[in-house]
Amino acid sequence: MAEAGGTLAAYRALLRAQARAQTAYRTSFVIDLLGNVGATVFDVVTVLVLYGVTRELGGFTLRETLVMVGLTAFAFATADLLVGNIERLPRYVRTGLLDAVLLRPLGALPQLLLMDLPLRKVSRGLFGLAVWVTALAGAGIEWTPSRVVLAVVAPLAGVLFFGSVFVATATVSFFWVESAELANSVTYGGRDFTSYPVTVFAGWFRAAFAYGLGFAFVSYQPALALLGRADPLGLPAWAGWAAPGVALVALAGAGAAWRVGVRHYRSTGS
Amino acid sequence: MLRMEGSEVGSVTATVASPTDSNVILWFRTFGAISLSGFRRYATYRQAALAGVVTNTVFGFLRCYVLLAVAGEAGAAAGYDRAQLATFVWAGQGLLAVVLLWGWTDLADRIRTGDIAGDLLRPVHPVTSYLATDLGRAGYAVLARMLPPILIGPLFFDVHLPARWPTVPLFAGSVVLAVVLCFACRFLVNATAYWLQDVRGPMMLWMLASGVLAGLYFPLRFLPEGLQRVLWFGTPFPSLLQTPLDVLVERDPTAVQVGLVALQAGWAVLLLVTCRLVQRRAERRLVVQGG
Repeated sequence: MAEAGGTLAAYRALLRAQARAQTAYRTSFVIDLLGNVGATVFDVVTVLVLYGVTRELGGFTLRETLVMVGLTAFAFATADLLVGNIERLPRYVRTGLLDAVLLRPLGALPQLLLMDLPLRKVSRGLFGLAVWVTALAGAGIEWTPSRVVLAVVAPLAGVLFFGSVFVATATVSFFWVESAELANSVTYGGRDFTSYPVTVFAGWFRAAFAYGLGFAFVSYQPALALLGRADPLGLPAWAGWAAPGVALVALAGAGAAWRVGVRHYRSTGS
Repeated sequence: MLRMEGSEVGSVTATVASPTDSNVILWFRTFGAISLSGFRRYATYRQAALAGVVTNTVFGFLRCYVLLAVAGEAGAAAGYDRAQLATFVWAGQGLLAVVLLWGWTDLADRIRTGDIAGDLLRPVHPVTSYLATDLGRAGYAVLARMLPPILIGPLFFDVHLPARWPTVPLFAGSVVLAVVLCFACRFLVNATAYWLQDVRGPMMLWMLASGVLAGLYFPLRFLPEGLQRVLWFGTPFPSLLQTPLDVLVERDPTAVQVGLVALQAGWAVLLLVTCRLVQRRAERRLVVQGG
């Protein structure tokens, strides 16, 4: 028990050191906060511009799509804040930093995450939350107790899901060091995919991203359940409630991938 | 007398007056040699190129489906038909890597570490030598990054092929101008390191502005007409991606295509001149520490 307390204290110390270091130059930190929110703002602006040209996307109106956009914006930004920096794993492998991390008596994954927690990305998460709340208020949802629960649980499941995707794709770099961009296609690609109704996409591409990788359950199915719409693609109404389950499966998969990756890891010798 | 041939001009220092026997042919040979070395340097990163192509392909599918959904039942949006939108997306994914909007910090890194001193000692102007390297890099990117999405796109979507002959040379010229212009923009963003040391702030602004204003997130023709005009004439951003892509999909009649490319050329010249001015100001105040 005492040992667990010591471990926790070590993680807390890592986090505190990060927070102090990053906020030491206050102006710089504020500019970083503002700059970081910009990317998420433009993601939302893009959707607004597209709806300036058309009234419906894949059979969904702007108000309905914004529910998915808000859910994705919050979930992705928060996951990016918490574990997004794992995408630097290729660099840690190349420079040999990972060797040092593995030698310490703490978990490798939490260390890597806490050593480089980008606090400047907090602004994105907060903006995403604002979009989510605004979208819920504007979508004309008939609130029931179960929908209130879903409105709280779905974003958290989304964070878990995107976090798992970040970790799982980063482990590829244990096998292929130059894979950073490859990971982007699933992480950022997944973010773009979940910002739109699944009905926008088609063919095997939709099947692979929506159901193969499970991205349909991040925002599309929960949004349908909240809006009380039947799925034009035929999944039953309870699919919206499957989000936490799918997130847990993703979490288990990411954990397994990470363990296999670390076990496979041979230092680059640098 | 100094014998100078091709790339073997390394023995001249900044304090030596420009050789009087230099001529245009020699200048082109030097430029060509630097470009070729840029091409070779990037040609060694084969795994990275493959990973990049996969990413461009995934985003090609994502953006293509979204824009086709915008066109919807009507089959057209903002003057583009479905085939034109598909070409816009897939050629755009390739062009992105050719003009290299993001991820170039070579100059800023060299300024911060002081390695820039080595560049200043060479007999070739830094703007010229970096431009030559970048054109070589772009040449490799055309083969390794632009061709794959352009070939993959038509396998899954109906695309628009140029119907008028002037479109092809105009597009080729427009791509070259876009590369030069994008290089000039990147050079200026990197050159802020002469004054700021840390270029994260300017780099972040550049990433935000270039992504949305160059036409990567959505075709700029989706915006209100007044705003379009402000962007095209007031900023260099549309000339980076939107112009070559509009030329390729023949969104406008030939006269307008020519006008857009001419505007692009104007921006490229203006920003290259600015690069040289900025470089001269920077050299006056630059202090490289150490020995």
